[in-house]
Amino acid sequence: MDSLPLLTIVTFLPLVGGLLLFAVPKGAEGAVRWVALATAVLGFVVSLPLLGYDGVAAGMQFAENYAWIPTWGLTWHLGIDGISVWLVMLTTFLGPIVILGAWDSVSRRHTEFFFHLLALQTAMLGAFVAQNLAVFYVFWELMLIPMFFLIGIWGGKERLYATLKFVLYTVFGSMLMLVAIFYLYWLHHEQAVAGLLGPAAALSPWSLEFTDLYRVQMGADVQAWLFLAFALAFAVKVPMFPLHTWLPDAHVQAPTAGSVVLAGVLLKMGTYGFLRLGMPLFPAAVAEWAWVILVLAVVGIVYGALVAMIQPDMKKLVAYSSVSHMGYIMLGIFVLNPQGVEGGILQMLNHGISTGALFLLVGVLYDRTHTRRIWDFGGLAKVMPIYTTVFIVVALSSAGLPGTNGFVGEFLTLLGAFQWGHEAFAQTGSFWSSYGYVVVAATGVVLGAVYLLWMIERVFFGPILQSRWLGLKDLSAREGLVFAPLLLMIFWMGLYPKPFIDKMEPTVEAWIEQIRAGEKKAASLPQGFGSPANPSGELHSRLAASGDAQSEGSEGGGD
Amino acid sequence: MQPLLAQTAQAIAASAGQAVAHGAGGGHGAAEGPIVAVAPTVEATSLLAVVILLPLLGAALNGFLGKRLGTQGVNLVGCGTVALSALLSWKLVLDLVQLSGPGHAAGGNFGLHQNLFPWIHVGSFQADFALWLDPLAAVMLLVVTNVGFLIHLYSIGYMKGDPGYARFFAYLNLFLFSMLCLVLGDNLLVLFLGWEGVGLCSYLLIGFWFEDRANARAGKKAFVTNRVGDFGFALGMMMLFAVFGTLEPQAINQALAVPQGSLPATVPLWTLEAAALLLFVGACGKSAQIPLYIWLPDAMAGPTPVSALIHAATMVTAGVYMVARLNGVFFHAEFACYVVIVVGASTALLAATIGLVQNDIKKVLAYSTVSQLGFMFVAMGAGAWAVGVFHLMTHAFFKACLFLGSGSVILAMHHEQDMRFYGGLKRFMPTTHWTFLFATLAIAGIFPFAGFFSKDEILWNAIASQRGGTLIYAVVLLAAFCTAFYMFRILWMTFWGEHRGVPEGHGHDHGAESADDDHHHHAHGDPQESPWTMTVPLMVLGVLSLVGGFLGVPAVLGGHFGFPNLLHDWLHPVFQYSTVALDPTMAHNHAMEYGLMALSLGVAGLSIFLTWLLWGGGKDALRDIFAEKSPWLHDLLWNKWYVDELYESVLLKPLVFVSREVLWRIVDEVIIDGLVNGVASFCKQAADKMGRAQDGDVGNYATIMVAGMVVLLLVIVGFGVGT
Repeated sequence: MDSLPLLTIVTFLPLVGGLLLFAVPKGAEGAVRWVALATAVLGFVVSLPLLGYDGVAAGMQFAENYAWIPTWGLTWHLGIDGISVWLVMLTTFLGPIVILGAWDSVSRRHTEFFFHLLALQTAMLGAFVAQNLAVFYVFWELMLIPMFFLIGIWGGKERLYATLKFVLYTVFGSMLMLVAIFYLYWLHHEQAVAGLLGPAAALSPWSLEFTDLYRVQMGADVQAWLFLAFALAFAVKVPMFPLHTWLPDAHVQAPTAGSVVLAGVLLKMGTYGFLRLGMPLFPAAVAEWAWVILVLAVVGIVYGALVAMIQPDMKKLVAYSSVSHMGYIMLGIFVLNPQGVEGGILQMLNHGISTGALFLLVGVLYDRTHTRRIWDFGGLAKVMPIYTTVFIVVALSSAGLPGTNGFVGEFLTLLGAFQWGHEAFAQTGSFWSSYGYVVVAATGVVLGAVYLLWMIERVFFGPILQSRWLGLKDLSAREGLVFAPLLLMIFWMGLYPKPFIDKMEPTVEAWIEQIRAGEKKAASLPQGFGSPANPSGELHSRLAASGDAQSEGSEGGGD
Repeated sequence: MQPLLAQTAQAIAASAGQAVAHGAGGGHGAAEGPIVAVAPTVEATSLLAVVILLPLLGAALNGFLGKRLGTQGVNLVGCGTVALSALLSWKLVLDLVQLSGPGHAAGGNFGLHQNLFPWIHVGSFQADFALWLDPLAAVMLLVVTNVGFLIHLYSIGYMKGDPGYARFFAYLNLFLFSMLCLVLGDNLLVLFLGWEGVGLCSYLLIGFWFEDRANARAGKKAFVTNRVGDFGFALGMMMLFAVFGTLEPQAINQALAVPQGSLPATVPLWTLEAAALLLFVGACGKSAQIPLYIWLPDAMAGPTPVSALIHAATMVTAGVYMVARLNGVFFHAEFACYVVIVVGASTALLAATIGLVQNDIKKVLAYSTVSQLGFMFVAMGAGAWAVGVFHLMTHAFFKACLFLGSGSVILAMHHEQDMRFYGGLKRFMPTTHWTFLFATLAIAGIFPFAGFFSKDEILWNAIASQRGGTLIYAVVLLAAFCTAFYMFRILWMTFWGEHRGVPEGHGHDHGAESADDDHHHHAHGDPQESPWTMTVPLMVLGVLSLVGGFLGVPAVLGGHFGFPNLLHDWLHPVFQYSTVALDPTMAHNHAMEYGLMALSLGVAGLSIFLTWLLWGGGKDALRDIFAEKSPWLHDLLWNKWYVDELYESVLLKPLVFVSREVLWRIVDEVIIDGLVNGVASFCKQAADKMGRAQDGDVGNYATIMVAGMVVLLLVIVGFGVGT
């Protein structure tokens, strides 16, 4: 508490820099992007000490907890664990790359453009570090605004339709979540007052602290409803099939920088939401309904890949490939074993790096040619050899070639899913509800190679059919600077992922333990526990007192 | 490796307390005794990493600085690193031989081990980047580095003047690095890294002359088909991990070193069968077996040294190697082995029949490779691992020689690959001819060339193994008949008879135009013999095609003269607990073995005689009889049994159609977006209507308010009652 509030600084530094942009005098547009770049680089540098996160100790570190409106339970509580530290690093790492990538491609309203990019970064970082649901929700909704403008102002021809679709989809999800948040808030209060949550909670019954809310007791049926509300909000963001149709439109219309942030970080907000809130808050619902998520994840993997395969537009192809890749992440985190979950988290980082890089690469080509139609190209390897090489390396990492980051994540999620299936098969003996998931999911590995290599073949190989491409310039030094760190990460995480895994492993193991324990605890509670009619289990304790309680009742009441 | 696991395996084996016949493959003397799986002897080394890193260094240098190095520099880097790697591999194998001496390995497997760095450690999953050289890996290592070096040397002449010269050597070196990871990987994950790495290099090299879209397409086809195999490989690996908790073949084999039928309770047989079948899917992709062989003939679009190195001698044998590596799994998975032997035999015959009628010299050789790989899988399916590895090795010699020979011819013929324009080349290119002849005799299985020994052992195991049978034998023998036929057909059409030559104005578009340009500088006169960089590798491989077989002289031939079966003895520690015994009625039937040997020689002789009748006797009319009398059969073979067309119309087209017209156009754009847009427009209309409702009439407001409260009340009461 008395140390430097590092997380607050990391979070708000981009916004402060963004505001500074408006101080740049008119006519000095060139200076705007330098200030923006400097801010983002500084943001990354400032976040570097977070790598000092002690993986062995696990738990929340770098915590800051300031009273805000104590009587309402609102606190400015930030912290990171072995999972969020990597998402914060991913965000600050991509920051300068995005700005450098957008260096020349903004045609108007420079100041606002870079301001929105930086503001977006603050919103995302805030959501990743929040430890209080109110703080989280504010940042969660805040993300929407800069993105809305980025697509709506600097987007393509149909940017209005795309941006509205994006916002409506997201708001639809968030609204349900907001209702559920209020319900949880009230329920915590009821149970705290009733003494169910221990003496400390009874003193301050209004709380939106994550750790307090994790302790709220609910029967499996009540959890299921609340989980549904949270899951919808997160599933839209991921996006999971069939809530994904905003994504291709948003990506195609968004400017390159918007697409990179969207794919690189924003989508992770959905999976992170499941990890931080959806699953630990409602473990019993997860146990009961995980199969729905798993089915949708697997369908998403195959569906996204198949639809990506036949896209005529490079950017749309990459967008649909995201649907497929995010399916792996969901598959991994919902099988609830270390391989699956850590694979899923690594895949979140990998997807941010590789798909972000792919969007940047498509942007580079679009800046030069003003087209993204695959069939317009052909033979580019002849005129842009360096670009081609980078493109192929990134595409292969996206397709999960061993030695690149994509392989580690993809393999681990599939391995986790296989382990899960192996155990399920021993219990159920049914192929489709056990190994079936991983077998279908693994076909995505084949399809991934199909859509990426088919695109590469049509864009880069064969003869150059249009003479206007003969003079295309290869990557510039600035563009090289954009891709160099991304390539470095691709190989680093592919060949030596140990530092990443080591820092997250204890956190993940504790997280799995927490969910398993919560699941058991909820199983001991009767149906309807925590419902509006029976918030603190009075009905239940009355029944227990009168001796009518079921056998599981005895351990259900207290904490 | 994993001492704990080894101990458990020993305990299991000891508690089984049964005697097992082991080491009986290929008529090798069977020893009886109580089985106690001896743990491998392991010695640390730090040189293995150097062997694999040298080619990687070469790839990096040529890839990044190729343009600046100049041709000589590229040659020096490209061939020099591989030469060093090859020399070092000899040293390591000699070290290994030392290790095998008395006092060291107490009858168990033995090897050199190096752990480079931890790779993926998550929970109970631990995979290090570690290397392992045991007798099996040693055979592959020597083949890969030495044949690899010869082909690098050959490429200097073949690729001369190509604008992508440095890029070519960078890819070739990268391939060698990946192949060495595959061979030396201590666990399946490192093996898989190499496995996919060689696939990538194959992709890059098939499409090396990418200006021609057909080449790029062939590369993509290879990669994607291999990915289908990798799908199986990955799942098979996961099954092994789920059962054994490790991905180290040494530990897995050690745990499985028990007699068939006495598996520990923790290892249900069906998991091994499933794992073996899944892994075999991977092998089918990489080693071009039915139904995934279709990529290999197309892969001939790559430069010929690539065909020799990757698509004949080394990479395509990776599937065989992987099965040999996991011999313990396949030993117990009897059903999977039946699948392997049937697929192997079918592929051997199918590909050989297609090879009978093709006119493109490289296409014939490609189908020949597919067929020969089928032979190897027959050995693997029969459980005669050492025999399969033996044929893998001899095949590497003679098939590399054949491909390089064809490359020499193709260069002399200015990139014309149609044999109908060849003929009589013996006169112009004697070295190429003689080496090609040696290799042909080897592949046809003529005594005493290398292929005679290895192929005959496969035939013998096909009938004598407990997992073989007469039908399998007959199919493989027929394939052997076809082999001799199509190979001598090449000799007649290419080297013997009259030189026909390429007619004026005959357009050909093989290879890159740029590469052609260079070769067009030669006067279009008589074909010329290739430079020494190409003929020296040919000669070395030609000699190996002759003598390579003596490394594995079967006991029935050599035993009387005290001539040991060197290769079998060398590999014995690796396969001792897992080699499938021969059928007891056959095992010591020497008369039968001699008889079958004579039969296969006779079949090959007959086949060669037939080619003489058709091409040698100058009876052109006879040649067309086949096409005239049974045009449907000829068309069927010429069109490769229409398998490509079948896949195209049954798999690819429907998949693309469904993806585009159903998933995208209907599910995404009509159903989901229809719903989304519908909700949006409904909201808009509702808003318009409701906006009109707010007209300031307080009576209306009150009515709606009361109605709302009633509904709310009902809901709350309802929820309450529900609990």
